[in-house]
Amino acid sequence: MYGKGIVKGLGITLKRLIETYIDDIKWGKKRYNTDEGIAHRMSKDARGIFTVQYPEEKIPVPEEFRFIPFLIYEVDENGEKIERCTSCGICAKVCPSQCIWIERTKDPKTGRPVPVPAEFYIDIDMCLNCGLCAEYCPFDAIKMDHDYELASYERTIYNKEKLLKPVSYYASIRPRNYEREEKARAKAAAIKNARKKQNIR
Amino acid sequence: MATKSFSIDEVKENFQEINIEEDERKGYSGLIVETDKLVDFANILKNKMGFDYLSSVTGVDYLPDNMMEVVYHAYKSTGGKPMEFKVQVPREKPVVPSLVSVYPGAGFQEREAWDLLGIKFDGHPNLKRILMWEGFAGHPLRKDWHEAYYEEDAKPYKSRWPNGRDVHLAEDRNPYKKNVVYPKDFDPDKWNPEGEDALYLGMKSLQKDDDLKTEQIIVNLGPQHPSTHGVFRMVVNLEGETVKKLEPVMGYLHRNHEKIGERNTYLMNIPYTDRLDYLSSMSNNFGYVLAVEKLMGEKAKPTERAEYIRVIMAEFTRISNHLFAIGTFLNDLGAYFTPMLYALEERELIMDIFEATAGSRIMCNYFRFGGVARDLPPGVYEKMRDLVFDRLPRKIDELDKYLTNNELVRVRSEGIGVLTPEEAIAFSAAGPVLRASGVPYDVRRAEPYGIYNRFDFKVVARNHGDVYDRYLVRLEEIRQSILIIQQALDQMPDGPIINGKPQYQVRVPAGEAYGRVEGPKGELGFYIVSNGKPNPWRYHVRAPSFINLTALSKMCEGDKVADTIIILGSIDIVLGETDR
Ligand code: SF4
Ligand code: SF4
Repeated sequence: MYGKGIVKGLGITLKRLIETYIDDIKWGKKRYNTDEGIAHRMSKDARGIFTVQYPEEKIPVPEEFRFIPFLIYEVDENGEKIERCTSCGICAKVCPSQCIWIERTKDPKTGRPVPVPAEFYIDIDMCLNCGLCAEYCPFDAIKMDHDYELASYERTIYNKEKLLKPVSYYASIRPRNYEREEKARAKAAAIKNARKKQNIR
Repeated sequence: MATKSFSIDEVKENFQEINIEEDERKGYSGLIVETDKLVDFANILKNKMGFDYLSSVTGVDYLPDNMMEVVYHAYKSTGGKPMEFKVQVPREKPVVPSLVSVYPGAGFQEREAWDLLGIKFDGHPNLKRILMWEGFAGHPLRKDWHEAYYEEDAKPYKSRWPNGRDVHLAEDRNPYKKNVVYPKDFDPDKWNPEGEDALYLGMKSLQKDDDLKTEQIIVNLGPQHPSTHGVFRMVVNLEGETVKKLEPVMGYLHRNHEKIGERNTYLMNIPYTDRLDYLSSMSNNFGYVLAVEKLMGEKAKPTERAEYIRVIMAEFTRISNHLFAIGTFLNDLGAYFTPMLYALEERELIMDIFEATAGSRIMCNYFRFGGVARDLPPGVYEKMRDLVFDRLPRKIDELDKYLTNNELVRVRSEGIGVLTPEEAIAFSAAGPVLRASGVPYDVRRAEPYGIYNRFDFKVVARNHGDVYDRYLVRLEEIRQSILIIQQALDQMPDGPIINGKPQYQVRVPAGEAYGRVEGPKGELGFYIVSNGKPNPWRYHVRAPSFINLTALSKMCEGDKVADTIIILGSIDIVLGETDR
């Protein structure tokens, strides 16, 4: 029969429409504005309305999600900030869009380089969000942030002050990575200490 | 370092009259053909030896040797290794005979080489710029050509470290209006778009074959037209509603990806390939790393687990791309957004997987030389299983039921935009376009890469070569991709995901390599020449979205103007890749 295909197709859209209501009734209020509801709507069993009502609702970002880079500092016993970055320049060298600018600190007396960045700029508008800087930094000093709401009217260039965030923040957005890296760092430190001791002896 | 696919003596037997030599530079392969005899050579190659499919044509500027080289890669449409051949001409007078008469598929690619490298193709029927405009000065891919924001020949730039205090913005150094150079004697105010006139006039002069007076009109479809899937223009000559002639005009999104690629280091190029066909970044990564790994040899051999992850990701990309293609195609047909959004729901779930693994939904930047960037995080494997063993097959069946036998879809798309198998091969069409025309050519089978020879899957082909068949091929390919992922998930071993320690500066020995994968849109190839430095000397992308358009006029001629939209939709182009 001519038109059977169309009728069948309409049947499927109708089924989808009804499913929306069934799912809504089954889940009740929980379906919207709750983490559980969003997780359900992102699962293989999702039926009915798929949309997430941004910005009221937000899809949780997975740990590996990357947006723009930030620098990590630690806080020592005296409450002093200790930057992890040694201004080795590797991130500036891998950055595909060449949007990282680093000025190395020089010892004012000797003129020799000190392993701390005097300034650190990232041209956020040029950043590709590729994550290569974080991937290849040997000191776990630069990491990718989760914050994606950065729209602005101005040209956005972040300096070191703006880029620095505490290590606790990093641990909170990337717990698994943090744990793994801390283990590796502790191990490396132990080896270094052992070597030092040997040298003293 | 392509493996030798022929013995030189055997090949020479076919070409008694023509001087050919083996390319003996270290790391190179293929034949160097006498320039004057190129067309004869190509004729024999195609008709006697069966290399009927010209995959890629491109040029290389060997500035230090004062030489331009044109590199061709031809294949047999029945599968197998390539025949690579080259001609070399002096840089001051780069003239090469055109191969359009033998391989019509060379048409756009030769125009591109003329546009970007300034190599003249003698005998080309329509040799004009294709990506740049007429008021553009010079040929940008030449090694001595510098862009407006030129800083250094190769990244990383010295100004960034260790004295990166004076952050400068490219646009400040070279502000608007000062950043343009015009050709000599070119005044943009007095410029009369000669190319445009010629374009229109060329269309007007068509002979009419009956006495009935029907007015011919020329219509510009695009560049700002929603149905063109981006900024893309089709100039059509209409007689009544029938398309007499059509010419695609492109380049609006051109950014000279290849020049950027030659400034970049090898690693930096991976995220840039994401931006080619931005609907299938994983496949783009795959093609590129494959080409570089060919040059790097054993030390960049991907680990077992990485090979499986690569295949899984590439196939998920194919599914998501085809879903998108089917959705937009139905939009073009006028089924306003319902099928599109049904298709996008499934694509969202696939992108969730990409996001959880690679860190980004679209710009994945996930492949590395010798492996992938990171292992699957907890939960992702299960999510993949859920999708391919449960949800996707269900949903694809639903889509199939919903669309395939819809009378409107069939009436609109059956018998429209037909491309015969011979034409499809001649025009170097690739991917679903080629296979819908009855040529079961799929790089995954024809010249398996990665570990594709381990999987059981069908190469989907259909016989009518029309818009409807292209839709059906895509639908069936989704099912085959699901099968491949199912097998890969079952077989995937544990283990490291990258060969050796991740390195940001890879050593790539001098030589050339052509790596190609079956991308969702067709054969995606990367031709790379290394001179041993950290940056590629030549980086060329064989873009299926671009080359598939060569056959667009052929497909549209004789059809109605409304059909050009769905024909274009059925080729499935992404302008990021077309214009590069
Ligand atoms: S962020 Fe890391 S890679 Fe970049 S300069 Fe600092 S220590 Fe080196
Ligand atoms: S994310 Fe990529 S583009 Fe952005 S600063 Fe890091 S390396 Fe550069």
